[in-house]
Amino acid sequence: MSSNRIISQVLAFFAYVLVQVLVFEDIGFLDRSFCFIYVSFLLLIPIETSVVILLLAGFVTGLSVDLFYNSIGIHASASVLVMYLRTIWLNSLTPQGGYDLGMTPTIKVMGITWFTVYSLPLIFIHHLVLFFVEVGGIKMVGFTLTKVIFSTLFTFIMVVITQYIFYQKKQRT
Amino acid sequence: MRRLLNFIYKNRTFILFVFLEILCALLIVQNNRYQSSAFYNSSNYFIGSVYNFSDNVKSYFSLSGVNEDLAEENAQLRKLLEQKNQSLFNLGVRENRDPELLQQYEYVDAKVINNSTRWFDNYITIDKGKKHGLEPGMGVINSSGIVGKVKSVSRNYSVVNSMLHSKVIVSSKIKRTGDLCSTQWNGKDPYEADLFYVPKHVQLQIGDTVITSGHNAVFPAEMIIGTVKDINSDDEDLFYEVSIRLANDFNALSYVYVVKNRLKVEKDSLENISGVNEQQ
Repeated sequence: MSSNRIISQVLAFFAYVLVQVLVFEDIGFLDRSFCFIYVSFLLLIPIETSVVILLLAGFVTGLSVDLFYNSIGIHASASVLVMYLRTIWLNSLTPQGGYDLGMTPTIKVMGITWFTVYSLPLIFIHHLVLFFVEVGGIKMVGFTLTKVIFSTLFTFIMVVITQYIFYQKKQRT
Repeated sequence: MRRLLNFIYKNRTFILFVFLEILCALLIVQNNRYQSSAFYNSSNYFIGSVYNFSDNVKSYFSLSGVNEDLAEENAQLRKLLEQKNQSLFNLGVRENRDPELLQQYEYVDAKVINNSTRWFDNYITIDKGKKHGLEPGMGVINSSGIVGKVKSVSRNYSVVNSMLHSKVIVSSKIKRTGDLCSTQWNGKDPYEADLFYVPKHVQLQIGDTVITSGHNAVFPAEMIIGTVKDINSDDEDLFYEVSIRLANDFNALSYVYVVKNRLKVEKDSLENISGVNEQQ
């Protein structure tokens, strides 16, 4: 990764965490759905990044959000898990001819169908772990599951919208 | 040895993954302690400042509502004061003149700079801290009822366990009958809570007011918690299943008061000496 891209990733990190804790903390539909837009940052890190860096990025991002949410460790554990699964999932979704160097898994580059298949399960797992760890075990399963499903859809829609707004002009590198 | 190093290197991502998850688990367990250290949460100076800034922006939109609430509370307090003054003209009323008791509770006003209601364990961040004399374990109230208990304090900010927290249990009392019970949030609706240990012989009615008992040193007695909304009784159970409607709208908290009880130390040490281990 060139230093330019590292800087843009670091800036994206701050932007996502700030938007998450300042804007999206107060937004929710029907008391059931939350939006965790910061997952988008984790999902869009360039493909060739090494797994060790991915895991650390997940941990740091989750922990930063945790500090603001007073839920230390909960977001971090879900994010680390997603970053671990991300690599495995990306490998099994490899298109014909493999990934190009410097590719990012965005809608612009990979198309909306591929992106849905890539991101929806990861967002779902993230939210599943997040809410069940928060409840502290397998309690109130129905209620928590509705929270998970509604929030997954909410987050996914916001992730897609963000991409159409902010990631369109970027040239494929 | 070389093989071991090789093995570790080969599986470094998995080992790092497991290590980070264990670290998270330790942090979660540590955070679950009722009163915890101040560093890892939003009472931290930097995070408190960010929330303070964002609240300064947001509060402009709720100013008129907050003003109305405060004016209403002022009117209420004026009414009480007038009633008190009038009652002193009556010869039969004796005034309590013990300054220790009169000044038992001291209130510190604080502004809510961050609040959540949709989690299972909800926290409130307020803009007063150790500097203003706050300590973990103090009660937090506002004009419409009780709000929570202080969890941790830093120099300038504090984090409060909201009433909407799975581990906050408040010793309470049915106002009409005087029977003791405990209130705990059910984890779902921010406007409702459950009442436990209401014995079957109590003639409970829908609409009964639930207040704090004053038996622990956290909240003053007779603070409103809510009103009885629904009563279920199963023949096999010893107690009623009661749900109450909370008096406070936790989605609209703006200003709160932290209760400092000057006699708390005395009461607690007395109870410790005499071996009373009352659960709060």
